[in-house]
Amino acid sequence: MLMRLKKRGDKMSIINENMTSKEMLGILVEKNMEDARKAKANGELVCWSSSIAPCEFTETMGICTIYPENYAAVLAAKKLAPEFLEHAERKGYANDICGYARINLGYMDLKKELDEIEFPLPDLVLLCNNICETLLKWYENIAYELNIPLLIVDVPYNHGDEVTEENIKYVEAQLYDLIHQLELICNKPFDMDKFQEVMKIASDNATAWYEATSLCSAVPSPLSGFDMFNYMALIVCMRGKKECGITFKKLKAELEEKIANGEGGLKGVEEKHRIMWDGIACWPYLSHTYKVLKNKGANMTGSTYPSAWALEYTPGNLYEMAKVYTGMGNNLSLKGQTDLRKDIIKETKCNGVIMHLNRSCKMCDFLQYEIGKDLEESLNIPITTFDGDQADPRNYSKAQYETRIEALVEMIEQRSR
Amino acid sequence: MDINNIIDYLVKSADSPEKTIKESCEKNNKEAVGWVAPYAPEEIIYAANCIPVGIWGGQVELTKARTYLPAFACSIMQSIMEYETRGTYDLLKAVLIPAVCDTLKCFGQKWKGTCEAIPFVFPQNREAKSAEGFLESEYKYIKSRLEEILGITITEEALQDSIVLYNDYRAEMRRFVEIASNRTDIITPLIRHKIIKASYFMDKKDYLEYIRELNKKLRLLPPNKSKNKRIVVTGIMLEPDGVIDYFEKYGMDIVGDDLAHESRQFRTDAPFSGSPLNSLAKRWTNHSACSLAFDPYKERIQYLVDLVNHYKADGLVIALMKFCDPEEYDVPVIMDRMKKENIPLQVIEIDQQAKSFEQINTRLQSFAENL
Ligand code: SF4
Ligand code: SF4
Repeated sequence: MLMRLKKRGDKMSIINENMTSKEMLGILVEKNMEDARKAKANGELVCWSSSIAPCEFTETMGICTIYPENYAAVLAAKKLAPEFLEHAERKGYANDICGYARINLGYMDLKKELDEIEFPLPDLVLLCNNICETLLKWYENIAYELNIPLLIVDVPYNHGDEVTEENIKYVEAQLYDLIHQLELICNKPFDMDKFQEVMKIASDNATAWYEATSLCSAVPSPLSGFDMFNYMALIVCMRGKKECGITFKKLKAELEEKIANGEGGLKGVEEKHRIMWDGIACWPYLSHTYKVLKNKGANMTGSTYPSAWALEYTPGNLYEMAKVYTGMGNNLSLKGQTDLRKDIIKETKCNGVIMHLNRSCKMCDFLQYEIGKDLEESLNIPITTFDGDQADPRNYSKAQYETRIEALVEMIEQRSR
Repeated sequence: MDINNIIDYLVKSADSPEKTIKESCEKNNKEAVGWVAPYAPEEIIYAANCIPVGIWGGQVELTKARTYLPAFACSIMQSIMEYETRGTYDLLKAVLIPAVCDTLKCFGQKWKGTCEAIPFVFPQNREAKSAEGFLESEYKYIKSRLEEILGITITEEALQDSIVLYNDYRAEMRRFVEIASNRTDIITPLIRHKIIKASYFMDKKDYLEYIRELNKKLRLLPPNKSKNKRIVVTGIMLEPDGVIDYFEKYGMDIVGDDLAHESRQFRTDAPFSGSPLNSLAKRWTNHSACSLAFDPYKERIQYLVDLVNHYKADGLVIALMKFCDPEEYDVPVIMDRMKKENIPLQVIEIDQQAKSFEQINTRLQSFAENL
């Protein structure tokens, strides 16, 4: 399919209105990687970036940007992670380090001598620690091992309940630094007009993503939360490209049609329970985690992902841009994170919560007890947790997951009686 | 005081933190304010007429902490959480908590002690010109929270004095580790550790006098001709004492360190600047070669090589805090480099909850034998 599309010329959009959003998704995700390989082969710059970093800058510079977290999730979902995890561990990486990082560092080390690889090695890296501090160390190591420039937008944690002016200003100043640094790396001026366009696209895409995924609040939800996990690849990898927004608009239209027809997102099963999933997917067991829920008629309608990329700002306004990047969910205080979840539970009408105690992600886990307790007490909603890992298949037990879901559903049913 | 008395006093002070803190407070008519490892602007606490107390966990069995933290949280924070819930820190008036890693970000939000927690952030993009200004605003926040909690005003003058005192203390500490590296017959690994540790519970003004005196006396002794192996240690901290015992047992002197608990505390001074809070902010932006301060060029690796060479050390030991991811990321890179430099390296795991140290015993024994 890609070959045929390529012949039609790169300038032309490779998706069109007649396709389903799922078809668009498949084509675009593949094209993104294909573009990166081409760029690498042509000697153009390739950048590795963290998942919620400001992509607007490398996009403006025409630097092909790809996302290790996404690729690690892809490998994990295809059950290809162990080779890389084990390689990283042989190199001396401890097994409690984030699985995405271990997969990526293992991949990098195994493939660095090869010419053409699926996920090309970077010429620079860009990180924004608004999701975690782990990225600082992970990207330090990439930059050090490959001897390449490391760009950082350091986003201070909002330990208070407000996003402070000082915090925003510090981030905003770094955005200007980033422009200057990219000019030096690319040896060309930063095109402010193009930047304006890209900002508009990125901000529109964020809106389109949010509008589509928040349709989960309909009853029954037209979308299964697990399908949303798949669409996430696009908002992560192509937020600066207009095809991303086209896809989400299409998705929105499809979901609206389903809502109109009263169609639910669980294939062939009636939606009986609505669950909020707190945390990252268990990629190696995506289908198991999904099926166990589906068999109980439980749909995941709530998650923190719709709002995570709802990075909306006025194009051209770097202050606002700084503010949205620093105010995203993971970077909020305990109260901020709890309130965010309360809103999600209410908006998407959830009657149970599953918390993924993710061995890979300390940021996801270490406030779980406090958040869970507050949600339980203030919303009177049952909660369960399970031990898992987003990427490392060794830290998950099917039996435990099944028992926990069973218990959760029982609690939901009891309370609704 | 003769040298043995000074050492005795400091070792005892380190061994009974609570008693030391209480005595320091009484003697100086001060309150105690804590700060959770690894770094905090102690100078601000000191300028508030309080004794800054460093909180670095300890050997304790976990009972209550398990409720609040998953088993894969780093060992030091497990201990601190345990003490928090037991009320051990309730003698403090407030506690500062820096958000240098994911664990500490969360930790600052879930303090279980009775005193107020003051979480704050160190900016990590220390090359950015805006970082200093941001950190100054964090320090202003800490200052005003302390003023509020303690019902006092922290003056510019008190801050300046405090900075001068702390720079003196840091300079004296750097002298101490330097002199001690050649007096290892007296300053054994355990004693070295305890002397440095005592600083966390004493008034720095008093502590500085002891160290000054100690340095003066140590200098008069001829450098020793120990046949022991010379070791540099890196990591968050080297504790419990049982671990240090093995260094002594297998004839290894600790001649230098890059531990957050020890030398990293006094490596960087607060430079002169018009405003004290700016001067303190600069201290952080100047801090380098540390696993907990964003280090895009991995200066820590070269720093370790330099440290080993400077002390003519026979080997390097990484005291790896269990489940400390910032440190864990550096391990493979350090391993690679040390191999290239032909510097013997051993990694041991620091677990504050451990009751026996068999694995460390075996590792250090074979390490010592092969040096
Ligand atoms: S999974 Fe967690 S630790 Fe890993 S990159 Fe994402 S937020 Fe950071
Ligand atoms: S993970 Fe490391 S840096 Fe963070 S609190 Fe634990 S020991 Fe300290």
